This record gives sequence, C-alpha cells and structure tokens, in this order.
Amino acid sequence: MKVGLTHVGVVAYIIASSALVFVFPQSVLAFLCFEASLLVIYYASVDQTTKFCLGTIVLLVLLPLLGSVNGYYLEVAIQVGIFVALALGLNIVVGFVGLLNLGFVAFYAIGAYLWAIFGSPQANHFLPGNLFPLSSVWFFPFLLLSVGVGALTGALLGLPVLRLRGDYLAVVTLGFAEVVRALVNNFDKPINITNGPKGITPIEKPPLFFQPLLEFLGFSVNPSTLYPFYFYFLVLFIAMLTVVVARRLEESRIGRAWKAIREDEIAAAAMGIPVVRMKLLGLAVGASFASAVGVLFAAKQVFINPESFTFMESIGVLAMVILGGMGSIPGAILGATGVTILNLQVLKGLSLWLNSVRQSGIVLSIPLFGDFTLSQIPAQFEPAKYERMVFGLILILMMMFRPQGVLPPRQKRGH
Amino acid sequence: MALLELRGISKRFGGLQALNRVDLTLEDGMIAALIGPNGAGKTTLFHTLTGIYRPDEGEIHFIGRSLVGLKPDKITGAGISRTFQNIRLFAHMTVLENILVGMHCRISTSLWGILLQSQGAHRQERDAARRAMELIELAGLRGKENEWAHQLSYGEQRRLEIARALAANPKVLLLDEPTAGMNTTEAQSLMMLFKDLIGRYVQAVLLIEHNMRVVMGISHRVYVLDYGEKIAEGHPDEVRRDPRVIEAYLGPGTWVGDAQS
Repeated sequence: MKVGLTHVGVVAYIIASSALVFVFPQSVLAFLCFEASLLVIYYASVDQTTKFCLGTIVLLVLLPLLGSVNGYYLEVAIQVGIFVALALGLNIVVGFVGLLNLGFVAFYAIGAYLWAIFGSPQANHFLPGNLFPLSSVWFFPFLLLSVGVGALTGALLGLPVLRLRGDYLAVVTLGFAEVVRALVNNFDKPINITNGPKGITPIEKPPLFFQPLLEFLGFSVNPSTLYPFYFYFLVLFIAMLTVVVARRLEESRIGRAWKAIREDEIAAAAMGIPVVRMKLLGLAVGASFASAVGVLFAAKQVFINPESFTFMESIGVLAMVILGGMGSIPGAILGATGVTILNLQVLKGLSLWLNSVRQSGIVLSIPLFGDFTLSQIPAQFEPAKYERMVFGLILILMMMFRPQGVLPPRQKRGH
Repeated sequence: MALLELRGISKRFGGLQALNRVDLTLEDGMIAALIGPNGAGKTTLFHTLTGIYRPDEGEIHFIGRSLVGLKPDKITGAGISRTFQNIRLFAHMTVLENILVGMHCRISTSLWGILLQSQGAHRQERDAARRAMELIELAGLRGKENEWAHQLSYGEQRRLEIARALAANPKVLLLDEPTAGMNTTEAQSLMMLFKDLIGRYVQAVLLIEHNMRVVMGISHRVYVLDYGEKIAEGHPDEVRRDPRVIEAYLGPGTWVGDAQS
C-alpha cells in the first residue's frame, strides 16, 4: 500500500481535531471538527481499506476516549446512531420502494413499548404472577423479538394500503402512526397496558454481562459510568448492522426489485417482480429497523411516554432521508448525523454563545442608532427556540438548490 | 404444436368492446405481427395476454397451461416477456441494473442468502451479471452499462427495453411497436435483429407494428385487428391484398396499390 500525502493529511486532521477536543472539552466547535473527520475520511481519495481502518479507529477508540472527557459527546453519538438506524430503515421504504411513509415513528414506538412494558413492573398490571420486570438478560431476546414484531406490524400495515399510491398512502401511514400514539396514550384503562400519558418507568437496562470480566481484569467500574459507553457501543453495533443489511439488500435482486417498483410499478410486474410481496418485504424490513432501535431507546431512556413518538419525529426522520438523498445509504447516514448534530449541538451551542454575549454586558456604539447594550437582546433570539424554523429553512433551501439531497445515489462503477 | 394459443378473447371497458372473440396462434420459430389502425385493440390484447387485464371471456394456453387470471409476474415467470409502446425503463437505475431486474425471476437467492452473503447468492449474482453483459452486448450498449437508463438516446432506450425483456429468458417475446419513432433504415435493422433472436434467445416473437412495410418483410403470419375484431389473418402477401384490411387502414374505396406503398 502506497502511503501518499492524502493519508498523512487525513491522519493529521484526525489527530489535530481529537487533540482540540481534549484541550477544549466544552467547545462545541472542537467537537464538530472532530465529527467532520468522518466526512474527511469518507471523501478523502484513499483506498477502501484505509478508510475502513481510520473509520474504525475514530468510532471505536477516539470517540469513546473523548466521551470520557465530556460525557455529553457520547450522548450525542448515541442519538446519532439511533437516528442513523431509523433513517436507514425509512430509506428502504421511501428511498428504495418509493412508498411515502409519514408514520414511521409508529414502529419505533412499538419496539420501545415492547421492551418498556415487559422490562418494567408495568406488565404486572395485566399479567398475573408478579414476574415483571423481566431480568435485564431478556434485553437481547427482546431485541431479536422486536425485529420480528416490527416486521410483522410493517407487513400488516402494508396489507390494506398496498393498493394506495402516493398521497393516499402517505395519509394512511400518518393515520396509522396517530392510531398507535393514541393507543399507547389511552391504554391505561380498562386494563393498564401502557400506563397512558404518564409513561413507563423504570425500564431495565441491558445486562452488564462483561462486568465479571472487567472485575477479573482488575477494573472496578461502577455501572453508572459504564452505561454510556455500553450504550454507545451497542448503538454503534446496531447502526453498523443496519448499514450492512441495507447495503446487502440494495445490491441484491431484492433491492433491484424495490427500485424497479419505485421507478415503474407496471413495468416491474411485467419483468416478473411480485410487486405486492416485494412491497410488503420493504415495509417489513424498514419497520424492523425502527422497532429494534426502539427497544434500545427505551432501555437507554429508562422512561418513555407517548410524547416521544409524535408526528414531528416521523417528519424529522423523513427530512433526514430527503436531505441526505433519497435512495442513498451514505445519504441517509449523513442526513441523520447532520440533522441530529444540528439539533443537539449547533443550535444549542449558538444559544449558549448568545447567552454569554448577553451576560457580558458589552455596550456597542452604533453610529446613528446610539448605544446598544448587548444584554438587551431578548431571550427570544435564542437559536434553540428557532430549531424548527432553521430546520425548515434548510429544507426549503435544499429543495430549491439541491433537491436530490446532499449525497444522491451514485452510479456504481465496476462489476 | 402451438406454443401460445388465444381462443375467443373478449374484453370490455364499460360500453366499449375493446376485444371481441380474438383468436391467435403462435408457433415455435414464428414471427407474427399484429397490425391494425389506432385504437384497434392491439395493446389491449398485449395487456390481456400479460396479465395486466383479465379477459372477460376466452382462453389463453401457453405450452399446455392456462394463463387466464395469473398475475403479470407469474406470466413472465412462465416465459412471456414484453416491451411497452411508450418505453417504460427504470429511469434512475443503470443499464446493467435494468437488465438485472429483468432477470429477477431467474435468480432464486433467498433473503437469508442475501443477508448472510452465501456462496450460492454470490455465484448467482456473478452469473447474472455475466449474462447481463452478453445482453448489453447484443443490444449494442457495450460500455454504457453503468449509465443511467434515462441518459440513453431514444434508440438505445428501445434496444435496452428489448434486452431487458430478453433477460427474463422468455420463450415468447411480445414487442409493442418496437420501431415507433425510428426511420425506415433503423426499423429494418431492428427487424433483422428480431430474426436473429428466434431460436437463439426466444422461440417466437409477436410484434405490434404500425409500419406495414417493416412487418411484411419478416413476419410469417400477420393478424389484423380493427375495432377489437380480427378482420384478417394469414401470410403477409394475402393480408396485404385483403380488401377488408385496405378498407380498415385507408377507408373504403381506395386502390390496392396505396396500401403497398
């Protein structure tokens, strides 16, 4: 392998940005620079193996290390991972099969409630024997179960709506998500299954099966510091798994059949594609992704209520897919990462900065206007309060100037 | 023995009798043409044959089995492939992918095979890609396999659609106005291609054509439809002289010679 200048440059960038975060652990800007290193790796003109190795180092070593400096960064990374898996799932339904789904969050909710109900004392309300909460060991079987339940509900939703196209399908999926939310919101009587708007807590976390090993090795760590790292690696693993599954499907006859249905349903059928079966499969696979990360979300949050699964969440995930580039796996990943970081870090960072400016008491002298005290800036100017507006503006600008998304599907070279 | 046999096919849309008891037989090694004026029911017959419409009456037999009521994908699976009058390629897929979609029913990898990247799945993909390259070569699209279908020129898109239909490994190929929008020379060379397909890629071809002269040269049998009814059938030379055909095409009282030019 030839080590060129690009290799050195990329590695130097990674080292520099990580060092920056170590020196300024509170600086959002430094962490953004570090996050950008993944983009640098993706775009750098180096071979696949190098990209893979560098990406692995950044995600498996550097990010957890930085997370030990500032725990919030791990939280950001976990959120990003969750949304990456959601966006990849929705990308299959919307981007590949071409079915506009405005209620994707319903499957996320189904997964979350699946573990929340049985992984907490909640299930004792309607099942006898005081068996619940299930021990945390059950987390992994439930993760697998949620894939099946998600796929089943996805296909069930598909059955009645497959005759619908475009707008009609969108309205039905939207309704479906609202039905799911209304159900969990109201299923506290006559039998208390979901505990209604009060939500469910405490939900069991995944088992620390490796704790004996760590203790054997001489580390004594308390679970509360261990869990963020544990969740990070768990989310990373699941997100990577969804990437692999989505890519393998995309490059198979199933992925081609999905795209053919998206492009022209009649021609697809005439080419021997069982349209109904393939659509159901697409809906099922997409839903199973969402449902699996739902289980993870419930375990991470310890508390969930119907508020976490609103229509805005569905729209948010859809926006990630559209911004990234519909039908493109790198696009969905980038869209999910970008939007999550924008929400969690950029806008909040700007608010913090604006607050510090206000409190600094600096007086600006503007000619013709006279003196202007910075502390007079009203609190309403906090960018975090404009999250949706900024987000909406970005969407509008993107649709005007780059409707195909940041990373639209590319023509593959070489076969 | 007849490969494909249609008996008494009727199709109504409300008050319109689109097809009225049409019979049609396609034998092994045969190129048959379906001609007729606009709105005669030619494309409706194709749609009925490929399962997009279900016939109201009549029988469709294909190598000893009935095709009535089967879904389009099953009919393709049984061995009948088609192209469309207004080209229906998968625009945002590459040329290669378009062909590979055509092979869908000839690749049998399961979901698990794909997810686990089994040996079998890998081999099938490789074989499919190799065969697809052969078809791309046949369609004269070599070097364009990674271009998007919508980037091709009109003539290339027509040829790609034919190659895509062949990818399903059909016994019978149905072509809906394959030379539409082409000049006579292009049309003639495409017709020569169809002749070469017989025996090598397909057993029989049924094509809809507007341009009578193009059809006459290569078809073994011509069927003429008018207002949903078969008004003539037979050897091109017989059909050309049939007064009912001339009337249908050119209106009553026209001299025979006009139909020939």
